[in-house]
Amino acid sequence: MSSNTGRMTAKQRLAIERQKMPERSPDERAKDFNEVNLGFTAELAKLEATRCLQCKKPTCMDGCPVGVDIKKFLELVEDGDFLAAAALMRQTNSLPALTGRVCPQEIQCEAECVRGVKGEPVAVGHLERFIADYERAASEPVNVEVAPPTNKKVAIVGSGPAGLTAAADLARMGHDLTVFEAFHAPGGVLVYGIPEFRLPKKIVAAEIENLKKLGVKIELNTIIGRTYTLDELFENGFKAIFVANGAGLPVFLGVPGENHKGVYSANEYLTRVNLMGAYNFPNCDTPIMRGRQVAVMGGGNVAMDSVRTAKRLGAEKATIVYRRSEREMPARIEEVHHARDEGIIFEMLTNPIRILGDENGWVCGMECLHMELGEPDESGRRRPVPIEGSNFTMDTDVVVVAVGARANPLLSGATPDLKINKWGYIEVDENLQTSIPGVFAGGDIVRGSATVILAMGDGRQAAQSIDNYLKDG
Amino acid sequence: MVGHEIVEKQVLAPDVVSIRLRAPQIARVRKPGQFIILRISEGGERLPLTIADADPSAGTIRLIVQAVGKTTGQLASLEPGQAIRDVVGPLGRPTHLDSFGHAVCIGGGVGTAVVYPIAKALAELGNKVTAIIGGRTKDYVLLEQELSRFAQRVIPTTDDGSYGQKGFVTAALKDVLDSSPEPPVKAIYAVGPVPMMKAVSELTRPYGIYTVVSLNPIMVDGTGMCGGCRVTVDGQTRFACVDGPEFDGHLVDFDELTDRLTTYRQAEARAVQRYENHTCKLKDES
Ligand SMILES: Cc1cc2nc3c(=O)[nH]c(=O)nc-3n(C[C@H](O)[C@H](O)[C@H](O)COP(=O)(O)OP(=O)(O)OC[C@H]3O[C@@H](n4cnc5c(N)ncnc54)[C@H](O)[C@@H]3O)c2cc1C
Ligand code: SF4
Ligand code: FES
Repeated sequence: MSSNTGRMTAKQRLAIERQKMPERSPDERAKDFNEVNLGFTAELAKLEATRCLQCKKPTCMDGCPVGVDIKKFLELVEDGDFLAAAALMRQTNSLPALTGRVCPQEIQCEAECVRGVKGEPVAVGHLERFIADYERAASEPVNVEVAPPTNKKVAIVGSGPAGLTAAADLARMGHDLTVFEAFHAPGGVLVYGIPEFRLPKKIVAAEIENLKKLGVKIELNTIIGRTYTLDELFENGFKAIFVANGAGLPVFLGVPGENHKGVYSANEYLTRVNLMGAYNFPNCDTPIMRGRQVAVMGGGNVAMDSVRTAKRLGAEKATIVYRRSEREMPARIEEVHHARDEGIIFEMLTNPIRILGDENGWVCGMECLHMELGEPDESGRRRPVPIEGSNFTMDTDVVVVAVGARANPLLSGATPDLKINKWGYIEVDENLQTSIPGVFAGGDIVRGSATVILAMGDGRQAAQSIDNYLKDG
Repeated sequence: MVGHEIVEKQVLAPDVVSIRLRAPQIARVRKPGQFIILRISEGGERLPLTIADADPSAGTIRLIVQAVGKTTGQLASLEPGQAIRDVVGPLGRPTHLDSFGHAVCIGGGVGTAVVYPIAKALAELGNKVTAIIGGRTKDYVLLEQELSRFAQRVIPTTDDGSYGQKGFVTAALKDVLDSSPEPPVKAIYAVGPVPMMKAVSELTRPYGIYTVVSLNPIMVDGTGMCGGCRVTVDGQTRFACVDGPEFDGHLVDFDELTDRLTTYRQAEARAVQRYENHTCKLKDES
């Protein structure tokens, strides 16, 4: 299968089937927090890349929000030129180890792959993951060029994917970067939200180390809007600011009983486990309720992460409760498959209307309604409508609410001049500049809950805009 | 040194300590009623504590801690020169302060540490301040001297009568309100155990006096991100870390708060036991 035997014909390529991602067995992995996927070997990677037909019009690239040169990338992988593939990747995507693991490829690059029309698309995500891991393991550090110092100070608010990407780009342009992070650890959703079994924290840590090598300073435990206002940052000599503080405000169901003990927002549940290490209690000091029967509301990635976490914390029964049907679930398809293999129960077309508590205030069940799908709503998905009289009770001792997030008003509330829309998200122009000159914004705080790659795309664009702004200024 | 150095420590009562630690930016911008969240070391939990006082020129803040659990126990055992790894703040809304004429500030146990900066700020605004400070026993009546520097009157009470007036702070408060003081009491700030704040709020309701309480629910981030600190106020869910920690005592659902505070009681007991076994072992070895 090696490339020195010459290029293969399309027919030969078509004959190769999509390579399966090696993964740990469901029984084994559902007991710990280590990563589920094991990753391609070099041989598997080359073979999978060979499935690419090297189309004249590579539609896959239209599907990637940051326009990764997927065609060329796959060619380099096929040739076994892994470090060149990594370098190419980093031209458009600075965090491939993350996107390879968390992009919803099935609705992005892989959705547009022609091989998907009949059969299965090329596994772009798995290959991205392989290349990034290969690069990280390769002993030779990849040298990145840094422009001569401009001595212009730029502040980044938030160390999620948007903030990290902007910081890396701006540092390479020679600017003097400081990232301010509210938590005691950098990474945003990548460390407090997405669990270890899907995105090992050492990968995020390696990216943060790369940033530090570029001279980026990270100020933890610093809340912009509390510790410093945006005005104070300007007074302290910062010439431009990129606000990437995410969409950290939990949404609750608004049903009676939601304040019983044992009801968590997904943010709290995942933060306790991932950031605070509650799975390791009492070796770590932060506790968590380990339910026997855990019900998780919602159908997105956050819900899948929560329910699989519950399973790993020892739940006998861990259930997804979703008011639409499986087709409408916005979670990555791979996560749904993994969840199913791990024995997660899916209660579809079910909506809780009341959370029940026992005499001591602990959650003991949920009253639910069965739903059916009606006419499509604004999102284009069919609207779930309750079936009257279908009430039933579900036993549960821990409830996790993962039905979305909204804009956290802490920073905007402390910054009256910062224009926000009616949902509280920050308004920006086509250059991602906000209503305050020199203040730019991107990621979830502009888009609403979106994706890692879109946040990174914003980070990259904001870096360019800020660089232009600093040149003009 | 990684983190925030403890520059001074004072033992206020058998298990209550006051510590001053270096946190210059917080010392500069904090306002009365605000708090910080700290994490002593890697693997530690995030613990919210009210800023009892701050010295912007020295760049320090003062915290008052009662050793009731593992983390508070560990904190109380730290000595000057040692450091706290993470301190974030200031968090929460500052106290709503005004010229009321006469305000009563009530502290129960370490709650006195929380009400202290509020009382001080009220006095600075020209209010007459009456302070009622309760404790289980004499040892737990805190900050009496400090308060008497600016409060017109300081009334200590103890449950067992070992000091000051015997009984609860509510009895002393009733006496004050019924004595038709001049100027009349227009605001009451009560901070302490939940049952105390509830009793004060119940007492003042018929008098129709504005009553502020400072709530201490379980917290994680302190930025409105997790919702763990939710409390019901006037029938609405509010996040104490960003909407509070102070609320109108006449509108707070205290029973729900009391109940939610018991969530990790068992887990905490386990942690304390382990911690004590561990420290005993260390002592044996040394
Ligand atoms: C559990 C979970 C699973 C997900 N799974 C996926 C997935 O599989 N694929 C995918 O593409 N997307 C996924 N997402 C969505 C994705 O993580 C987000 O879209 C992305 O992280 C947004 O990046 P961001 O940089 O805008 O913000 P965030 O990652 O939210 O980072 C914001 C950072 O700013 C900090 N901050 C907030 N306010 C302040 C302040 N005032 N001062 C200083 N710092 C502040 C926060 O602490 C945080 O660290 C998931 C989200 C969650 C919660
Ligand atoms: S960044 Fe995401 S969408 Fe783009 S090619 Fe990689 S996996 Fe696909
Ligand atoms: S502590 Fe998390 S929202 Fe208040």
